[in-house]
Amino acid sequence: MNIVENFDLFAPRLINKKELLSPGHRACSGCGEVLAVRLMCKALGENTVIASATGCMEIISSMFPTTAWKVPWIHVAFENAASVASGIEAGLKALRKKGKIDDRYVKVVGMGGDGATMDIGFQALSGAMERGHDMIYVCFDNEAYMNTGIQRSSGTPMGASTTTAPAGKVSMGQKTWKKNMPEIMVAHGIPYVATACPSYPLDFIRKMEKAKSIKGPSYIHCFSMCPTGWRSPSHTAISMGRLAVETGAFPLYEVENGHYHLSSEMPKKFKPIKDYFKPQGRFRHLTADEIEMIQERVNIEYKKLVEKAKCLKV
Amino acid sequence: MGKRIGMEVAVAVAEAVGLCNIDMAAVYPITPQSHIAEHLSDLVADGRIDAEFVTVESEHSAMSAVIGASGAGARSYTATSSQGLMYMHELLPIASAMRLPICMAIANRAVSGPLNILNDHTDIMPQRDSGWISIFVENGQEAIDMSIMSFKIAEHKDVMLPVNVNIDGFQLTHMVEPFEMPTQEEVNQFLPPFVPHATLHPSKPVTMGAFAMSDYFAEIMKAKDEAIKNSKKVIVDVWDEWAKMFGRKYQPVETYQVEDADVLMLTMGSMGETAQIAIDELRAKGVKAGLVKLRLWRPFPLAEIKAVLKNVKKLIVTDRAISFGGPGGPVFSEVKSALYAEAKRPLIYNYIYGLGGRDMAVKDFAGMFEKVLADTTNQESDTYEFWGVRE
Amino acid sequence: MALKTWKELPIGCVVSEPGSASEYHTGSWRSQRPIWKNEKCIKCGICYVYCPEGCVQQTEDGFFQANLDYCKGCGICAHECWPHAISMVEEG
Repeated sequence: MNIVENFDLFAPRLINKKELLSPGHRACSGCGEVLAVRLMCKALGENTVIASATGCMEIISSMFPTTAWKVPWIHVAFENAASVASGIEAGLKALRKKGKIDDRYVKVVGMGGDGATMDIGFQALSGAMERGHDMIYVCFDNEAYMNTGIQRSSGTPMGASTTTAPAGKVSMGQKTWKKNMPEIMVAHGIPYVATACPSYPLDFIRKMEKAKSIKGPSYIHCFSMCPTGWRSPSHTAISMGRLAVETGAFPLYEVENGHYHLSSEMPKKFKPIKDYFKPQGRFRHLTADEIEMIQERVNIEYKKLVEKAKCLKV
Repeated sequence: MGKRIGMEVAVAVAEAVGLCNIDMAAVYPITPQSHIAEHLSDLVADGRIDAEFVTVESEHSAMSAVIGASGAGARSYTATSSQGLMYMHELLPIASAMRLPICMAIANRAVSGPLNILNDHTDIMPQRDSGWISIFVENGQEAIDMSIMSFKIAEHKDVMLPVNVNIDGFQLTHMVEPFEMPTQEEVNQFLPPFVPHATLHPSKPVTMGAFAMSDYFAEIMKAKDEAIKNSKKVIVDVWDEWAKMFGRKYQPVETYQVEDADVLMLTMGSMGETAQIAIDELRAKGVKAGLVKLRLWRPFPLAEIKAVLKNVKKLIVTDRAISFGGPGGPVFSEVKSALYAEAKRPLIYNYIYGLGGRDMAVKDFAGMFEKVLADTTNQESDTYEFWGVRE
Repeated sequence: MALKTWKELPIGCVVSEPGSASEYHTGSWRSQRPIWKNEKCIKCGICYVYCPEGCVQQTEDGFFQANLDYCKGCGICAHECWPHAISMVEEG
């Protein structure tokens, strides 16, 4: 087959070439999260306002007196990206209505890490989604409080070693299951919820564009590989994201008005979860039994998802 | 000329804010502010004002939302009390650092613990260092006048700082008082449109809330301090403009019968009116008592305080808040510090009173004067006293 | 660049030069750099897509190269390149 005719390979050339996040940002070498943010910006375009929580993405991009952002961007505090975004949405709506600004459609986006979204910012996010603001919230989930030194969050997966739930002689690391944030967002009854991963860039961009077209709240949960915190080499962000999807650790799906739809990228048969754990230092300590326990849970959770997709499909 | 009406003060504040062409309000209910929130939402629901009204899920989100909206260039408003203000506490210095002209009514209420929904100043005192302009009102007329003027002060190009108007909870917010409500035309004439210094809009992308390292942080703090100090001139100018238009004059420090006074009392907030009656009674008995009312709390009117207070023999500073284990009530500490450098300064007495809604009658204020006048030791006391606490 | 005095600070510390972070050249961080072998390159652009810095640029003849002012040498491009046209070479 002529390789140029292979759509999968040719398609990257269709991605918006504009860089709305400049280089010169201070993300770690090989950061999967900043790559996701860069791709998100390509999907959103210039008519976007971003409200960011405190965290890696805020710190690496906004060291006064410079900024890496080329779209309007505001950072206020740790737990309020969603409420700041809802205020911006209300403000712009009022100004447009009164003719005080031009009537172009501007998408308001709240973004934060797993800590900022699922822990300290949970309330603000829940409120913003419930009130039905026309905004997207994107959670960049690197599965710990990375910016402050790899402390555990409710997004840390079972068995991962973090600095506040470390693996030790009497501990397996994280002892609780990852909080299912997409499901919680679905329960808010918002029009669009999706999980995404930058290792599948076209799928991610499509989902962002879908969210952008929704006139109401949408939520995207984005897998963000962190080589520093996950103790993996700097070149593994994309391959790790791929493994997460291929082993079922991070299923890709969308929920549109309560109807579940598994992404086409989902494999028919999963690789074993230990393939995902092996290249990551944060899982190095797990025993065969612990891995087996996690494998069972992955299987059960995916089965639930498949059933939901069957009976709650479009 | 506006009409003279009687109305519950909290409702009147909402009416006044409704005249100010706000673009957005975000409120969370808390006693005794709730009537402001409720009436504002009535105005929106009836289409009497054209504003986005966001019923947020917490006060922290209320302040976050008005920060976002103000950043987008919208004239934004909120109101709270006590625990709600404490919940917003984290964000207040951020709002002022970002130089966002947010206006807020505070229906002053005691801070927990224990829980107490009644009036004192313990909620606003912890916000002293936040970089907000802070104004205290004594009656309903002042509450509505200051609410309208706060937008003009906040949004002035030489100010660009958030403003809070402090209205004693229940004691003032829930009183039905007579006052003159300006007309829409008058407010339109008085209040120019909001011209932000920067906006979150793709027409000119900016970054707000960048973080600063130690190479810049100190300069940033100095710039903020200079901004709030310089705002005093604008505040006085705006109050003068109001006086020309409405005939009601306001000053950072108001005085009553101070010219030949032997003893002065300093109050902040609505209790000043009760103190004023006590002074009239004392004067009738031949006591040379006078009253000083602190209207502008931040920026602290250092020059005016010095000018009014330095020549009197005795000064009673009343505080409706306490800094536990500190040198005295917050107002007392600041006034005493303000007068320290003066060659001639009064003996200062500090009474902590009116906590958690404890009422103060005319006789209580008169009692303070009598006690102070009876003190012939001529010694500066190091201690403050709780007034009217059962021993 | 000289640090600003307090009087020179923009009001509210608003940064109004979008993308001004690019004055900081992160290229000084790297210990290895990507080298493209154009004979193997199929011009798919995936290296451009996957670069966290957004510093992989397409040249006039359609091949790719990293802007060495910013390239942190993470190696994602080399690792993901389908025909293995990119190799990571240690910095001198």
